[in-house]
Amino acid sequence: MSVTGRSAGVPAIQAHGLRKTYPKGVEALRGIGFEAERGAVFALLGPNGAGKSTTVKILTTLTRPDEGDAKVAGIDVIRDPAGVRRAIGVVSQRTAVDPEATGTENLRLHGRLQRVPRGELDGRVRELLERFGLGEAAGRIVKTYSGGMQRRLDLALGLVHRPQVLFLDEPTTGLDPEARAAIWHEVQRLTEEDGVTVLLTTHYLEEADRLARQVAIVDEGSIVAAGSPADLKRDLEGDAVRLELGADARTDVAAAAFARLNGLVRDPRFEGRMAHARVADGPRALPAILAAFEEARVPVTAATLAGPSLDDVYLRHTGKSLRITEGAPA
Amino acid sequence: MIADAAHLAGRQLRAFARQPYYLVVTIIQPVIWLLLFGQLFKGVTRLDGFGHDSYIAYLTPGIVVMTAVFSCGWSGMGYVEDMRRGVLDRLLTTRASHGGILLGSLGFQAVMTLIQSAIIAGLGIASGARFGGGALSLLAFALCTVLLGSAIASLSNAIALLTRQEESVIATSTLTVLPLTFLSSTLLPHSLTPGWIGDVSRFNPVDWTVAAGRQTLHAGVDWSLVGSRIGLLVLLALACGWLSTRAFGTYQRAI
Repeated sequence: MSVTGRSAGVPAIQAHGLRKTYPKGVEALRGIGFEAERGAVFALLGPNGAGKSTTVKILTTLTRPDEGDAKVAGIDVIRDPAGVRRAIGVVSQRTAVDPEATGTENLRLHGRLQRVPRGELDGRVRELLERFGLGEAAGRIVKTYSGGMQRRLDLALGLVHRPQVLFLDEPTTGLDPEARAAIWHEVQRLTEEDGVTVLLTTHYLEEADRLARQVAIVDEGSIVAAGSPADLKRDLEGDAVRLELGADARTDVAAAAFARLNGLVRDPRFEGRMAHARVADGPRALPAILAAFEEARVPVTAATLAGPSLDDVYLRHTGKSLRITEGAPA
Repeated sequence: MIADAAHLAGRQLRAFARQPYYLVVTIIQPVIWLLLFGQLFKGVTRLDGFGHDSYIAYLTPGIVVMTAVFSCGWSGMGYVEDMRRGVLDRLLTTRASHGGILLGSLGFQAVMTLIQSAIIAGLGIASGARFGGGALSLLAFALCTVLLGSAIASLSNAIALLTRQEESVIATSTLTVLPLTFLSSTLLPHSLTPGWIGDVSRFNPVDWTVAAGRQTLHAGVDWSLVGSRIGLLVLLALACGWLSTRAFGTYQRAI
């Protein structure tokens, strides 16, 4: 019986009202619910501590929710965790490879634990090593690998048994741009060529924007907005204006200048020397804004206009900018 | 489950084979115990009621057991390491059974215990100890030592799963080894120690194992004693194994 046939049309992941409070009283999830389509990337976007990893732990049967229910590949995570484990691959936030073993040994061990048939294992291991560019390093001890190589092996380990649903918890955190691009390429290939459903958590906007068909923005244990990246951005309308103010600029004076443009600009805010606002028509509004700042004697050193980004979506729903938190340590 | 355990024990054994100096580290301390205690207490053979002619011979089975307890008490360190790396969480999301994951670490400890025991027994022989009880009594003693080691390793793994801290594993291990050793006939026979120590040691698994071990020294093995000790140790190992599977549940609720 083919699994796809049995559950065709059923979303790959269905979660409803997931709640979880940790023993120390930390309320990690306050009712998370979403559905992820088959064969596409679904991204949970949010800062560290938003509840993304806890959601993944519940969906991968590592831990149980206090309330709510979820199905992965049509299988209930609470009633049949063993069934879910057959259908999923998991690549967690920390690179979970055995540093004392070689790449091949890591893959073979996982293949055996995942019950890959004996006759297929060698071929599968070779295929994955090639696919992830680890063919030459296959016989080397993993602790001699670079961070990017370890991460690629990590991803390969999660795929050894050809899972239907792959969980990637912050797959590119801490990687350099080149290694990140390599992971992105593979994730795209997984959904497009292999038909795998990928649940990705990330705090990188570009990652969600580029890879995901659907995005859910998570903040403090709840989903505050969900939809395709294009839909989410469309809701914002208009353009974002970013002004870099001179060193001696006074925020209160700048705020007053924005206020005088009442009707033209929306959602003005300040972050350090940056002033942000939203306008319906950027090219038409910018000269008026600059004129108002000139009149109020607020020096402006640079001005940019941009169509809506996921960062603006994020800001709108959570009141915080993700870009600020990106560089912060976990 | 058995296949999972074999694969996981194989992983640890392979890592061990790549760093054999680890064996030297685990064996240095028992070698010092054997040689130092052997010299220190040499004179007790002259005491009435000691009942053996060679103290090294008397001591060797005891040091084998001490080593197993000490080495298996550190078993949980591997778990803490795997937890920190995320390897344990990854294993828990695979099809490997929880029982297999725990059994794998016990299998590895069993192999280590047998290697260490063989080295210490060989050193004992080189220092003059003789095993007159024959091969079967040695096998029975090896079984007892492995069973005791499995019980201790299971507890160590459980502590690792419950506390997720190396410090707790080390503290528990070091705080239990010496009392368990001194409250037994490891260093001196009960005829030479205060009566209460003998009473307490009846409930001490280290003493059960050492008693079975001492049967290897002379012909005329008391098989009913050895058999009963094996039975007790099987029960203990099963109880501790069950506890460690329960600890998995607690760990998963806390993460």
